[in-house]
Amino acid sequence: MRFVGYIAQWRSAAKEALERTAIAVKFLCCLHLTSNYLCSPCHAYGVSMLPTLNVAGDVLLADHLSPRIGNVGHGDLVLVQSPLNPRIRLTKRVVAMEGDTVTYFDPKHSEAAQVAVVPKGHVWIQGDNVYASRDSRHFGPVPYGLIQGKVFFRVWPPDSFGLLGQ
Amino acid sequence: MATSFLWNYTKKFVTASIITVTVSDRYVTVIPVRGDSMSPTFNPKSGSLMEDVFDDYVLVEKFCLGKYKFSHGDVVVFRSPLNHKETHIKRIAALPGEWFSTYHNSDVVQIPLGHCWVEGDNTASSMDSKSFGPIPLGLIRGRVTHVVWPPPRIGAVKSIPPQGLAFF
Repeated sequence: MRFVGYIAQWRSAAKEALERTAIAVKFLCCLHLTSNYLCSPCHAYGVSMLPTLNVAGDVLLADHLSPRIGNVGHGDLVLVQSPLNPRIRLTKRVVAMEGDTVTYFDPKHSEAAQVAVVPKGHVWIQGDNVYASRDSRHFGPVPYGLIQGKVFFRVWPPDSFGLLGQ
Repeated sequence: MATSFLWNYTKKFVTASIITVTVSDRYVTVIPVRGDSMSPTFNPKSGSLMEDVFDDYVLVEKFCLGKYKFSHGDVVVFRSPLNHKETHIKRIAALPGEWFSTYHNSDVVQIPLGHCWVEGDNTASSMDSKSFGPIPLGLIRGRVTHVVWPPPRIGAVKSIPPQGLAFF
């Protein structure tokens, strides 16, 4: 008789555990959807985007919808996967889109300005700090498909909280 | 009473679709193969009219996107470097840092860091690295592991390196 009682208890406990798990799973799925398709925070650090972004590290908000609908243009700050190492994400500025002719200047290699044409489906990205940035001047134009998000807002440090413009 | 039934149904539908989207983005998904650039592995042109009507469907796993560790002969799904809205399915022929020469011309090219060379199995009609060069690994969106449709050809996709190519 006690055995039947135990089974009933176990069944109701299992049902409750399943319900709680379902709520957690639904929450995590919603989190995945928002952070992949809408908006997500990201942490950017390094010297290549001075003076726009600080060396010590900024927390930025990136919008993931814009690259999907093609809303990335000149002067936008973007999160892009590095073409040299797909596990690293860079924060750089889009300087030229496909079809444009870029005149760029690499202080480390030569004094003269060099010219390049951006092929179809690619963008030219550069860090704001031309003296200390590894970008399209070194690894060439990057395919648009590597762009993961457009940075539009800075959350940390608090004294520069606000929209990040052109 | 009817509205609460509709509301229930909508809730279940939304939950199911959210879970499906998450699983298909992060773990596994099933996609159709269009075109015959991967003949005879996918969409083989056998000459019989019945088979040509329907596309193959394949299982794509996304666990490889954690470490980006691929091997020669892996069939991968990637976003086209020429148009970010299109995805293609091809086989990896060479990995970063390797020297590679295609069968047709005698050029030897070194695959840059972080890039790979992809080729279709059907060399006659395939838009692949022969036209657009090595692609960054970051464009890869998953690895094809199995064919799930049509039923006669359900099975694992073998990871054999493309034929007739030499690398040093």
